[in-house]
Amino acid sequence: MSAHAQAIADDVILRAEQVGKAYPGTTALHAVDFAVRRGAVNVLLGENGAGKSTLMKILAGAEQPSSGRLFLDNREVTFASVNDAAAYGIGIIFQELNLCPNLSVAENIFLGHPTVRFGIDIDSGDHAEKTRKLMRRLEHAIEPQTPVGDLRIAQQQIVEIAKALARDVRILIMDEPTSALSATEVDILFRVIGELKAAGVAIVYISHRLEELVRIGDTVTVLRDGRLQATAEMRDVDIPWLISQMVGAMPAPATGHVPRKDTAPLLRIADVSLRNPHGGFAVDRLSLDVAAGEVVGLYGLLGAGRSELFEVLIGAQPDAQGSVRLGGRELAGLPIAARIRAGVALVPEDRQREGLVQCLSVGTNLTLASLWRFLRGPSLDMGRERAAVTRTIRELLIKVSSPDVEVTALSGGNQQKVVIGKALLTQPKLLLLDEPGRGIDVGAKAEVFRTMRALAREGLAVMFATSDLKEVMAVADRIVVMAGGRVTGDFSRAEATEERLVAAANQGIAA
Amino acid sequence: MSDIAMAAPVRKHRTSPLLLLLSLRTLIALFAVLAFFSATAPNFLDLGTLVLLAKHVSINALLAIGMTFVVLTGGIDLSVGSIVGLAGMVAGGLIDRGVPLHFWGVTLFPDVPIVILIAIAVGVLVGTINGLLVTWLSVAPFIATLGTLYIARGTALLVSNGETFPNLVGRPQFHNTGFPVLGAGTVLGVPVSVILLVVVGAIAAYVTARTPFGRRIYAVGGNERAALLSGVPVDRVKLLVYMISGGCAAVAGLIVASELVASHPASGETFELNAIAATVLGGTSLVGGRGTIWGTIVGAFVIGILADGLVMLGVSSFWQMVIKGLVIIAAVVLDQLQRRTQRRMAIQAQGA
Repeated sequence: MSAHAQAIADDVILRAEQVGKAYPGTTALHAVDFAVRRGAVNVLLGENGAGKSTLMKILAGAEQPSSGRLFLDNREVTFASVNDAAAYGIGIIFQELNLCPNLSVAENIFLGHPTVRFGIDIDSGDHAEKTRKLMRRLEHAIEPQTPVGDLRIAQQQIVEIAKALARDVRILIMDEPTSALSATEVDILFRVIGELKAAGVAIVYISHRLEELVRIGDTVTVLRDGRLQATAEMRDVDIPWLISQMVGAMPAPATGHVPRKDTAPLLRIADVSLRNPHGGFAVDRLSLDVAAGEVVGLYGLLGAGRSELFEVLIGAQPDAQGSVRLGGRELAGLPIAARIRAGVALVPEDRQREGLVQCLSVGTNLTLASLWRFLRGPSLDMGRERAAVTRTIRELLIKVSSPDVEVTALSGGNQQKVVIGKALLTQPKLLLLDEPGRGIDVGAKAEVFRTMRALAREGLAVMFATSDLKEVMAVADRIVVMAGGRVTGDFSRAEATEERLVAAANQGIAA
Repeated sequence: MSDIAMAAPVRKHRTSPLLLLLSLRTLIALFAVLAFFSATAPNFLDLGTLVLLAKHVSINALLAIGMTFVVLTGGIDLSVGSIVGLAGMVAGGLIDRGVPLHFWGVTLFPDVPIVILIAIAVGVLVGTINGLLVTWLSVAPFIATLGTLYIARGTALLVSNGETFPNLVGRPQFHNTGFPVLGAGTVLGVPVSVILLVVVGAIAAYVTARTPFGRRIYAVGGNERAALLSGVPVDRVKLLVYMISGGCAAVAGLIVASELVASHPASGETFELNAIAATVLGGTSLVGGRGTIWGTIVGAFVIGILADGLVMLGVSSFWQMVIKGLVIIAAVVLDQLQRRTQRRMAIQAQGA
């Protein structure tokens, strides 16, 4: 071992060894090694579903690993809970804010470890004082008594950071801490991180924003599909290397299929608007035509309005305005069931929450949206239903021993195929897929994309939303970029370049 | 294409003996209590005893069948006991006092079939109110049906100002005789109430297992959002299950009133708890999405056999309550155990 390597090893405060985590249906983490160095920003990088959040939750005690061990200062430790980990000086800032909106800023910050007099009486004055100090350090003028529910998301993020700082942490885990912050707020946060580093605190930093990582990171660990992909010193690598490690080889680009342009558009969206709860527009006077046989990639950043547009199309947003015509038929005002019968099918973004009924079998899930096709009188024709289920399982290569297996027992990729199968059994003309590649392994991803292309060849109009550049470039015939609820770019595959797509996706956001 | 599927590694669908035992626990419990009481209580397996037992069970089983529909969607119906009382009072009032038509100065006495239909309609109406509260006004099912529990009970008391309608045999001159048949009549030796249970149970089992409506009930209970996005009219499904539960409760109320040949406004108090107990004992998850009508009926029989058997053994009614409570808790504990075992096996299959 070289002197340098020895120095690094000495610096390691927390080490995960061969840590794995299995859930029913998915293995989120396969035997991953990860070392956290003190006085450094340890970056954890990976796509959605790569296992970053799972690893982080294990380090913070929020989840217990199914296999592997954790070492703190070279002594083996187990964390039964977040509080347990906190007792060792490990703090975490979750991506989804974990604050109680009904309590004040100070109450939130000292929720788990109040200062008490005589063992019972909460010392509010002391809390307020300390909170003010923390806020000054974070350069934010947030009053300790303000209810958290009244704060903007960015301010809540600051409170979340203050909450972690309030306990003298040795290791601070930050999951996408900048996702809600403006550029100035990010600068302040980075200054705070610099101070913490100088004080010897180890930071575990998770983010998608590569520029940010290069700026602040000291070491980087890349996860892919739940496995350790690479570890490197940040100064030795650049953004293209990070991207290639993160994304890996993409599935082969789509075959040179030219969509039929002779027919009238199958789907005509005209002037569709949808208000969001904050008074703005999630979808803003959007118009778009899609032809049969076309694979349209809908690219955009988080919050661009892609999912909302899909929800409008399927009818899950009854308050939407504007016209949606499918094959000449007006769909506006129809309920979801009628739109499905008319030929619209949606594969939602979150298959656990929106796509599957977990406690039901694979077969029951598959036919849930197309029960009308299997009617004989008032009853379901079980034979015909079974035949359709078996056929779908075979055609989509769903790996399952029997249609009666509960859908939770399947891996993520196979669950995704069940959701797609459910959509296909409705015999759609227009198939909408929201982030179809998210959280599934590379092999399943390639199969899903192949299926999408095959369906387009059969004459379906296929639209899929993604925030993954490589994915949209590899799979789509045509790329529509959305930002702020509007179409900000519409490119054929030949015209599309990464730079153009990114530019279009950021339109109107800079302000 | 099929060749590829064959070649793909197929995850084995294993069933452990433990899991099998757990999933059959209600049936095992049924045979266990049957065996126990036939060994300890004299004449327990007599045909006469069993027929009487089935008759006792039928009321709770009918309530529990309706309850199962609601619980499968993830809801709960606390109002069924009150509907038992209200339906009985409506029927009793119609038979005993008729409908006074003041304008014409006459009183109308409807025939018994009409009386029965009206009483059932009242039950369905209360169910409709429950359903509308839960769907339109987004009131939590527990609260909505707790409210109608009081309203229906209060209404039952108002019908007669708290008094009992006695001797509901009807009068030949009014052509409204025959009401006691429901509770006391038999066809080929089988009590009418048991026949009703068989018919309602068979229809309910068919509807839940073999119709699109049944599938949608499970889907709504399992994942409401996913069901909605799959085109399931979630609100309509919820409304219907409360209507069904109200209807079943009304039928049970009619049987109770008919057996007693009288209707008392307080009858059916705490019946909702027995119905929930039978439902849970039968393996239906209170979270929704899991359970069967057959399980519920078996659950109702386990409770009924326990009650009757303990009476025959001369066990005090205080101890009976303690035992019933223990059995219900054991059922839920076993249910959790089954869930955990299944989960663990799923993870193991994953690792393999």
